[in-house]
Amino acid sequence: MSHKKLIYGIFDDEDVLMRGIKTLKEHGIAVKDVISPYPIHGLDSAIGLNRTRISICCFLYGITGTCLALLMMWYMNIFDWPMDIGGKPSFALYKNLPAFIPVTFESTVLCAAHGMVITFYLRSKLLPGVEPHVIHPRQADDYFVMSVEADENKVSTIEGMLKQSGAVEIKC
Amino acid sequence: MGANFNITDKRYEFTQNSKLISYVMIAIGMVAIITSFVTHSHQAWSNLLINNIFFMVIALGGLFFLAVQYAAEVGWSVGIRRVPEAMAMYLPWGAALMTIILIGNYIAGHSSGHYLYHWWHHDLFNPESPEFDHIIAGKSGFLNMPFFIARVAFYFIVWIGFAMYFRKLSRQQDSAPNGSELHLKMRSASYKFLVLFAVTSSMMAWDFIMSIDTHWYSTLFGWYTFASLFVSCIAVMAIMIVSMKRKGLMDHVNEHHLHNVGLFLFAFSVFWTYLWFSQFMLIWYSNIPEEVAYFMIRQDHYRAFWIATFFINFIAPLLLLMTRDAKRKPVLLLVIGALVFVGHWMDFFQMITPGVVGSEWHCGWMEIGTAVGFLGLFRYVALNQISKAALVPRNDPFMEESLQHTF
Repeated sequence: MSHKKLIYGIFDDEDVLMRGIKTLKEHGIAVKDVISPYPIHGLDSAIGLNRTRISICCFLYGITGTCLALLMMWYMNIFDWPMDIGGKPSFALYKNLPAFIPVTFESTVLCAAHGMVITFYLRSKLLPGVEPHVIHPRQADDYFVMSVEADENKVSTIEGMLKQSGAVEIKC
Repeated sequence: MGANFNITDKRYEFTQNSKLISYVMIAIGMVAIITSFVTHSHQAWSNLLINNIFFMVIALGGLFFLAVQYAAEVGWSVGIRRVPEAMAMYLPWGAALMTIILIGNYIAGHSSGHYLYHWWHHDLFNPESPEFDHIIAGKSGFLNMPFFIARVAFYFIVWIGFAMYFRKLSRQQDSAPNGSELHLKMRSASYKFLVLFAVTSSMMAWDFIMSIDTHWYSTLFGWYTFASLFVSCIAVMAIMIVSMKRKGLMDHVNEHHLHNVGLFLFAFSVFWTYLWFSQFMLIWYSNIPEEVAYFMIRQDHYRAFWIATFFINFIAPLLLLMTRDAKRKPVLLLVIGALVFVGHWMDFFQMITPGVVGSEWHCGWMEIGTAVGFLGLFRYVALNQISKAALVPRNDPFMEESLQHTF
């Protein structure tokens, strides 16, 4: 059994929070995560988060969208029912490409955007019907939540440290 | 991060060796221009026009960038402000050379019968003449000499006036105790300039470039030229900033600033492609003969150039600058900046040459030599201006924000 425990320090100010992270780091305690109502510059590097890989997903979803759109239009307007596009009966995908670009572009954006949003929701366990894990009712409103993982015997020292650095509330 | 950064009064020194490079480039250009005139190359005038317009609008792009920064009160760009400022100071040179080229071509065309701008022939507007052109005569309300001269004079006065004004105030700020006052002055000037720029940049494109193909017109042309000029300007800026940084003169510019420059380069490359394609697709789709003629000549006789611009200006920046890390690598910015710069020179080449010389064209040492000459002059003017002021502007209310810029 793991004897690790999660401690949540709740802050009401960005600067106090950043100073708190620094204090904990100086004592060799790693901050696991921070929940904040808005992005804080320099937070990722302060708590040592890895770079997000969502941009890679975005690229892959975008490529998928491009291919799907081209496949769809090739099937509909070239293969299944050849269309005379703009008075140019060329009946080849590459020759009619200019007419297909707007749809391809839109499909790329659609797939990339929706794919990213869905991926983000899945990754954050935010799905319809899933009970949200709310640490503090004001966590996405105007409060910042910092979570620290620690051994059970260290809990009180960390709690003290959080209190000292200005946390308005501490939850276990 | 940049919090405790020590601002040093670093200046770029324009050394004799560096000047010599510019002199050699200008000499190559002179030889190329003289040879092309002596050998009666039919591309001599269009070469002058392409290169002069290209470097003049790059300077104009610098001025536009500057005005946007003031109008939007941008913080991060204060540290790199000296670069577009110096670039904009090429405008008087560009305007002077443009005047010489226009007057020279008018005089030369008078005897040879070949003008850069087809509508300069008087007979086209004369119903009695066999040369009478119904379509062009219908455009005489806009395309007539007095109005043309007035317009060109207006552009040059507006551009040079604002370039000098921004430069003067920005240098005054270096020694002014209260920089905010000057900042507000420049901010209100930038609003006026941006409105005038919106009009003049579009009309400049019609006058200097679109009226070469007098019968043809595109409502997108002004925007298309704007996109081209702005992305070439960003490319030159990227090259200059990275080379200054490599010399150790721009330590206050960190990877976050480079990232922003890279974003501009990436975004406006895509924007250029958007307009390039929009203009092409509408004409391709509707297939109206008088509109398609413009693209037919490019497709049949300039195919390699025409397609190459698409790959160099779109596919290359799209793939190479897409990731976050790429935008932060100085070497990559330098390479892509140079690539996009060459690509947009080619874009201006294919905008102008087909209308002037038709299908009989070549791009040999005289064309490239002329470009080298103009580049030498631009390089000389821009570097000379950069050496005149400290690379870190002082007393700007946003300077501290620029030094601490992280993203």
